[in-house]
Amino acid sequence: MSYDEKTNGQMDAIIARYPRSRSAIMPMLHLIQSRDGFVTPTGIEFISEKLGLTTAEVYAVATFYSQYKRKPVGEYHVGVCTNTLCAVMGGDAIFAGLKDHLGVGNDEVTNDGKISVEHIECNAACDYAPVVMVNWEFFDNQTVESAKTLVDDLRSGKNPAPTRGANKVSTFKETSELLAGFNDGHAEEGVQAGPATLLGLKIAKEMGAQL
Amino acid sequence: MSKLTPVLSAHWDDKDSFTIAGYSRHGGYSSFKKALAMEPDAVIQIVKDSGLRGRGGAGFPTGTKWGFIPQGDNREHYFVVNADESEPGTCKDTPLLMANPHVLIEGIIIGSYAVRANHAFIYIRGEVSHVVRRLLQAIEDAYKAGFLGKNILGTGFNLELTLHIGAGAYICGEETALLDSLEGFRGQPRLRPPFPAIAGLYARPTVVNNVESVASVPAIIEKGAEWFSSMGSEKSKGFTLYSLSGHVKNPGQFEAPLGITLRELIDLAGGIRNGNKLKFWTPGGSSTPILTSEHLDIPLDYESVDAAGSMLGTKALQIFDETTCILRAVLRWTEFYKHESCGKCTPCREGTWWLVQMLGNLENGVGTEEDLAKLLDICENIGGRSFCALADGAIAPIISSLKYFRDDYLAHFKNGGCPIDPVASTLFVSAKVGA
Repeated sequence: MSYDEKTNGQMDAIIARYPRSRSAIMPMLHLIQSRDGFVTPTGIEFISEKLGLTTAEVYAVATFYSQYKRKPVGEYHVGVCTNTLCAVMGGDAIFAGLKDHLGVGNDEVTNDGKISVEHIECNAACDYAPVVMVNWEFFDNQTVESAKTLVDDLRSGKNPAPTRGANKVSTFKETSELLAGFNDGHAEEGVQAGPATLLGLKIAKEMGAQL
Repeated sequence: MSKLTPVLSAHWDDKDSFTIAGYSRHGGYSSFKKALAMEPDAVIQIVKDSGLRGRGGAGFPTGTKWGFIPQGDNREHYFVVNADESEPGTCKDTPLLMANPHVLIEGIIIGSYAVRANHAFIYIRGEVSHVVRRLLQAIEDAYKAGFLGKNILGTGFNLELTLHIGAGAYICGEETALLDSLEGFRGQPRLRPPFPAIAGLYARPTVVNNVESVASVPAIIEKGAEWFSSMGSEKSKGFTLYSLSGHVKNPGQFEAPLGITLRELIDLAGGIRNGNKLKFWTPGGSSTPILTSEHLDIPLDYESVDAAGSMLGTKALQIFDETTCILRAVLRWTEFYKHESCGKCTPCREGTWWLVQMLGNLENGVGTEEDLAKLLDICENIGGRSFCALADGAIAPIISSLKYFRDDYLAHFKNGGCPIDPVASTLFVSAKVGA
C-alpha cells in the first residue's frame, strides 16, 4: 500500500486546508480516484492511516456520494440528465440512444475503456436542457444525434470542446485531481457565459437599462 | 422603464467578467474596503435594513441570521457558503459563479468580518468542473491581491477561504447535512435545535448562506440599504435571479425586482414555444408545489407565492406546455427524491420507495381511483415526519398535481397507459417546428 511522493504531499496539503483533519476525507477520495480511477481498497486504507480512522469510517463516507466510484469508469464518463425537465426535453431519448449506440447499460463501460454512461440528476443547467456532462463539463442543448457524435469523437481522440468549459475535456483521472482542489490552470479557457445566461441582460440593455 | 434590473448579472457580457481585472474594472473589491472600515455590527445592520432574504429557498432574512451569531464568546466562528446547487430546475448560482466568482468572494469577506469569522468555506457541488476551476483561480488571485489571508490590507482582519468540493449528494444542500459533509461524514441532516448559529461547523457558531444571498451583499454595502429596499415588494425586497427553463421559446436568466409575474417573464422569454399553451410550472424547483396557468399573474415574491399554496423557493421556473404528461413528470421527480433520500429517517427512506412503485404503476395504467387516495394517504404519513425538508419536497409535486390534474391521472387508467406521446415534448420537436 503506497502512493508516490507527489500524492503523499498532496494528501498533506489537503489536510492542511482544514481546522480538523477529518474534513479532508472527501478531497482525499477524489485524489485517490485521480490515481487509481476509482476508490480502491488500497486508497481507503491509505486515507484511514493518514487520518487515524478505521477503514469502515472511510468506507461509510465513500459509499454515500455518487461521484465516488467502486469500479473503474471510462476515461470519459458521460452523464445524461434524466431529471424531469431534461428528460421531457429529450434526455430520456438521448440516454436510450447512447446506451444503444455504445452497447452498454447504465453505469457500464465500453470494451475499450473509453466511455462510460450514467443517468444523472439535475446538474444546474436547466436553461440549456437537455444537458449532457462529460467528466462534469457542460455540453448544452443536446440531441440524440449530437450526443452520439460527441461520444464517437471522444472515442476517436478528437476531444471536442465543452459548450461552457475548458478548451478540451480532461480525462476522468485529471478531473478527479481538480475535484480534489488542485487548480489545473484552465480557468481562463472557454466562455464566461452562454447565451441563456446572458438573455435577461441582453433584453435589459435593449430596453435601455443603464449599467 | 425596464422590468429587469441587472445588478449581479450587469457585466456578465464582458469576456473577462470572471477575472479579478474584469471584476475590479466595474468597482469590484471596493465594497469590502468600505465594510472593513466600519464596525462589524454596523455591517450587519445595513444588511438587516436592506431586507435581503436568503436566496437559497427558505427566504430567511440574511442580516437577522448574521445577528444570531453570539459575540464575545471566545470561540471560533465560521462562515459557510452553500454552493451545492442541486434542486431540480435551479440553475442560477452555477452560471453566476462561472461568470463572476469574485463577487461571491467579496461578499464572503464582508460577511465573515461582520460575524467575526476567520475561516470561511465554499461548499460547491462536485459535478461542475469549470466552476470549480474558476473558483480555485479566483481564490488564488484574491489571496495574491491581499484580499484574503493574514492582516487583510493592514486592517488586522484575518480570513482563510477554503473551497470544499462535494461528490454528488442533493441532500448536502440542506445546511446541516452540508456541515456534516464538510466535517468529513456522510451528509445527513442534524436534528435542530441547536441551530448552526449556535452549534454549526465543528459545533461552533456558523453562518450558512446561499451563493446569491452572499453575492448580493457587496452591492448593498456600496449603494446602501435604501437603494436595495427601494426595489421589490413590501416584504420581499431587492432584485433576484429568476431562471426560466423548459417549454419557453428562449430559456434563460432574468434579474428582476421581486414581485415580477410569470406572465411578464414568459413574455420576455418569447412566449411558450410554438404557440403552445402553458400546462404547469414550478415557482422554485421541484420541491415547491406546482402551479398552473391560473397563477400567471401572481407576484413572484415570498408572500404571494405562499398565499397561492406554493413557495418562491429558488425561483427556478420550470415551464411545461400541454405536450407534457404530468404523471411522467411527477414520477421522475419522485424517483429523484427516492434516490437522494439520505436514509436517516424511516418515513422518507421507505415512503419515497413506495411512492415510486405506486406512481410507476399508475403511469403504466395499472391501478384504480382508490390508489389515488392511498397515494395521498402515504404522502400524509411522510410529510413533516423527518429531520429535514427533503421528504416534504418529495410529496409536494404529488399532492399539487392531484389537486390540479386528477383527470390526467384517471386518463391513464382509462387508456391503459400514458395517453401522451413523449416525443412531442422534446426540444427536437420544437427545433423542427421552428425551422
